[in-house]
Parts: sequence; structure tokens; C-alpha cells
Amino acid sequence: MTPVVEARAVAFRYPSAASDRRAFALDDVSFALSPGEIATVIGPNASGKTTLVRLLSRVLVPVRGTIALEGEDVARLVRAEVARRVAVVPQDVPAGFPYTVEETVLMGRLPHGPGRFFETPEDRAAAVAAMAATEVTALAAEPLARLSGGERQRVILARALAQRPRLLVLDEPTAHLDLRHQVEVVALLRRLNAESGVTVLLVSHDLNLAAEVSHRILLMAAGRLVRTGPPDAVLDATLLESVYGCRIAVDRRPGSHRPEVHLIWPPRATSSPGARPPRAT
Amino acid sequence: MTPRRLTLVLAGLGIALVAAAVAALFVGSAGVTPAQVLAVLTGRSPAEGVERVVVLELRLPRIAAAVLAGAALAVAGAGFQALTRNPLADPSVLGVSSGAAFGAVLGQLVGLGSTVMDSLGLASFAFVGALAAGVVVYLVASTAGGLPVHSLLLAGVIVGIFFSAAITVLISLIDVNRLGGVIFWLLGNLSPLPAAPLAVFASVAVAGGWLIVGRARQLNVLALGEEAALQLGVDATGLARRVFVGAALLTGTVVAFVGPIGFVGLIVPHALRMVLGPDNRMILPAAGLAGGVFLLLADTLARNVMAPSELSVGVITAFCGAPFFIYLMRSRTALVTRL
Repeated sequence: MTPVVEARAVAFRYPSAASDRRAFALDDVSFALSPGEIATVIGPNASGKTTLVRLLSRVLVPVRGTIALEGEDVARLVRAEVARRVAVVPQDVPAGFPYTVEETVLMGRLPHGPGRFFETPEDRAAAVAAMAATEVTALAAEPLARLSGGERQRVILARALAQRPRLLVLDEPTAHLDLRHQVEVVALLRRLNAESGVTVLLVSHDLNLAAEVSHRILLMAAGRLVRTGPPDAVLDATLLESVYGCRIAVDRRPGSHRPEVHLIWPPRATSSPGARPPRAT
Repeated sequence: MTPRRLTLVLAGLGIALVAAAVAALFVGSAGVTPAQVLAVLTGRSPAEGVERVVVLELRLPRIAAAVLAGAALAVAGAGFQALTRNPLADPSVLGVSSGAAFGAVLGQLVGLGSTVMDSLGLASFAFVGALAAGVVVYLVASTAGGLPVHSLLLAGVIVGIFFSAAITVLISLIDVNRLGGVIFWLLGNLSPLPAAPLAVFASVAVAGGWLIVGRARQLNVLALGEEAALQLGVDATGLARRVFVGAALLTGTVVAFVGPIGFVGLIVPHALRMVLGPDNRMILPAAGLAGGVFLLLADTLARNVMAPSELSVGVITAFCGAPFFIYLMRSRTALVTRL
């Protein structure tokens, strides 16, 4: 079966002068996702997770190696074709985004008719279905600025679903959400994956979320894929400690086969909090 | 947005535009009675009559110029606003008008007049000036993180001041007899244009408007941010170039033919957004028609408020625009909306 997405020895480097981001490299990244798979990319800050998302959606182009979507080199596809195959769900919309829920979700239809001035009835039907799937139909006429963070997240997800992608990439989908909304988003992703067979790639700092939903976890560090495999294989205390540079314990709840990651906090200093260290003389 | 809603709004604005244009034919400082205007319009007036000259050679071309200039400025303003995601962007605020004015004065200095070729040349000078000013403002204001609103406004002011100073240098090179005309033009003045420049004006304005309005749906998506727009298949850089060239064409041609009239591109799109919502597929074409109505009304006011002497239409738009700009700056919703 052709992988939905396949990265072969991908390398990338930001032009150091052109941005204020730290210039770092992505090097020798190879992996493939099968249709229907749910995978999560984890790793410390600046390990290259966001860069990987930008490469997959052709915001950036690799300096070496290739990325193939359903067997076709992404560099040879027109932008709209990439957008028909890969939908990216960002964490939020820019502050003060002026459009309503329905208008926003319809924006997801642009790749399906980039030359058209108006949406077609099919576009409207796809938007209605996407809003129903993420349960935002009742909010259709509301401006996004008036919604809660959880509701906005569902709208952005609906916009991505309206693209009818084969690969759904979510950047920190639970970062702004309280516990109940995190549970809801995870349930929603599972349902979408089960119903439509869409391949899901999550990018997350939440290792337990990764353990809960993923068939496979991709651990990145310093621009490289350190380990790829099922949660059991990747969420290993020794490995995580070396990558994240802090003490970590991994255990298993009775009745669950999923690993559970705990941060072990360093012991508190004995001096009272806020006391200054003695000044060197 | 549906085609039906767009058609309804544009039809309504179109009727308003025709009504305003017809009304403006009847109003003026010359003593021509409504009956005489009607006679001219229905072809029953004497061929050599004064009223014929007043209506067909003074008022009609002036109305056409006002409608064209208002339409072009409003569409350019709405285009700049969509591109910079900032409601304060407008050709005059961004210094683009000053750049165009510098180009146009330079064109006049080298002797370009009002034949078809000359007016094309004049428009080209103004277009290049507008482009240059816009590029400089962009380079000064842009940071790696984007285009912050305060840097953008500041850069616009600075570039505007620079080009005004450069214009002063050019003016001191102009001989005294032509000085009055240039200064009158610099205030933004809708003196009747001959048919040839009017035709050039109209064609360039249509071309510039098409460049912007044709990408209205892509401009909507740009509100999601540049990266999200790329991920929806929009070539953000190409879009920015195209819309920027379109807006510079519109600004340049207005400045070349009627002078730097300010604030139309600020007031009209904002008022439309308050009523019609943010969709650029609606706002851009509607701004074309509403801008025409607005500048026509402003010019009719300018012609009559101090009759028989005339105010420059730029004075009227600035008197409306400056308080409006302050209101936009102070209103938190407007700034939070786009920051």
C-alpha cells in the first residue's frame, strides 16, 4: 500500500540571516505513514517538529531528500494539490480574525477551486458536513473572535476537514484546552479517524496524549528522528531522560496497556524560597 | 457569500451612483437652470449655448473623473488593508500617494501634457513613484515577524514626508507661471479632464481594479496568516505582489490625473465592512461603487459650499478623513481586530 506521506532522508536548514529563529538543521529524517494511521511527533523545543510540519505542507522545501504524498513528490505538485491532500490545523487564528465560523470553514474549500470566485454547492455541502463533524453547526453565524478557545479549535479543525485531506496534521491540538476539552478533541480525532480513515499526524508536547491516541510515536531531538515505533517502544524512561534532559519515570496503570510518563521534579533547595544565594566576595 | 447577495448590494450601490451622478449634473455655481440641463441632456438645447458647455464639457467630465478617482482610491485602500491585515492602511497614510505625486510632478516637469501618450506617460511616472514609495515603506516596516501596525504607519509618515520634501525641490524648479496649477493639483483637484486622459484614466483603473478584485477570495484566506494561507494553496508572495501592483496602479493613475486625494481608501472600505462584513469579494467591488459615490458627493460639496469660489475636493476628504482616522486609531475593536 502506498504510504499517505513518506519522507526520505529529508534535510533542511533555515537561512540564518533571513529569520530571527535560531538557525538549525533538520537532518536525515525518514518515515512513512500508512493510510488510517494515527502518529504523534514528540520532542523538546527546537527539535524540528514545527519545521517538519512546514516541510510536509510545502511551506518550506527540503534542501536534500524528498517528501512524497501518496507516492508523488511534493515539490512537483501545485500548491492547491498539496492542500487537497494535506490539511494543517494550527493552534489558533490570528488575534481579531474577523470572519464567522461558516466563512472560516468555507475557506478550507479554496484548494478545491482556486480559480473560482464563489463557492459551489458541493463546497457548501462539504462545509456543512465538516461543521457537523466537529459540532459547531449551531455557531455557524458567530464571529470566531466571540468563541471560546475550545470552540475556535473545533472550528479550525472543521476548516481542515472541509479540505477533505488524506493527511490531517495538528499542531499542539490540546495546548490551549482545559482537561474536558482535551478529552473531547481526542475523542473527536479518534471518531474522524475511524469513520473516514483519514491519516492523522499530531505534534504535541503532551507525552501521555501521544501514548493514548497514537499507533506510532516519532521522537525528534536536535533535528533528527531518534526513535520511531509504538508508544511502548518510544516512551522509554532512559531514552526520554537523555532527550529531554530531566528525570522521567514511565509506568503502567493497571488495566491499561499504555505507558504513562511522569516528570520527576528535582528536590527543593533547602534554603527558603526567594532567598538569594550568598554573593561571592 | 452568495452571488445573489453580491448582485443585490452592487445593484443598490449602482443605482445610488447613477442617481448621485445625475443629481450632480444639475448642481453648480454657473447659472444653469434644471430645465436647461434637461434640455441639454435630451438634445433640445442650442448647439452653441453656454448651458451646453457647462453641462457637457465642465460638469460631465468632472463627474466622470470624481467617480473614477473615488472608485480607484477606495479599491486601492481596501486592497492595501487586506494585504497588510490592517484597517489603517490607505494610499495616503502609507506614503504611496506622496510617491505617486512626486512621480507625477516629475512627469509634469519634463513637459508631459494631456494628449493620450502624454497622459499615459504621466500615469507611468506616478505609478513608478507609487511603487517606489510602497516598496520603501514595506522594507522599512517589515520585520521577520511580519508587518507591525505601528512600524507600518510610522514608515508611511516618514516616506510621505521625504517625498513631500522632494516635491518641494521639484516645485522650486518650475517656472512661476505654472506654479499655481501644480499647487492646485497637489491639493487634490477635480478640474474637468479632456476625453483622452479620461479614457486612459478609466482603462488603467479597470486594469488595476481587476488585479485586486480577481484575488478577493485569496485575500480573505490571507487573514488566517501567511503560513495558513500557503497551506491552503495560496501563493502568498505572488498574491502580495499582484495586489500591491494593482493598488499602486490605481493610486498612481488617480494622483496623475486629479492629484493626491487622501482618506477615501480609509473611510469607504471601513464603512462598508461595518455594514456588509469582512468578505473581500463583497467589499472590493462594493468599494469601487461606494468610493465613486463618496468622492462625487464630496466634490459636489467642494464645488458649491463656497460658491462661486471652489474648494479642493482633497480638503473635504481630509476634513472627513482626519477625524475618522483618529476614531479608528482610538477604537479598540478596530485595532484589536487586525493587530
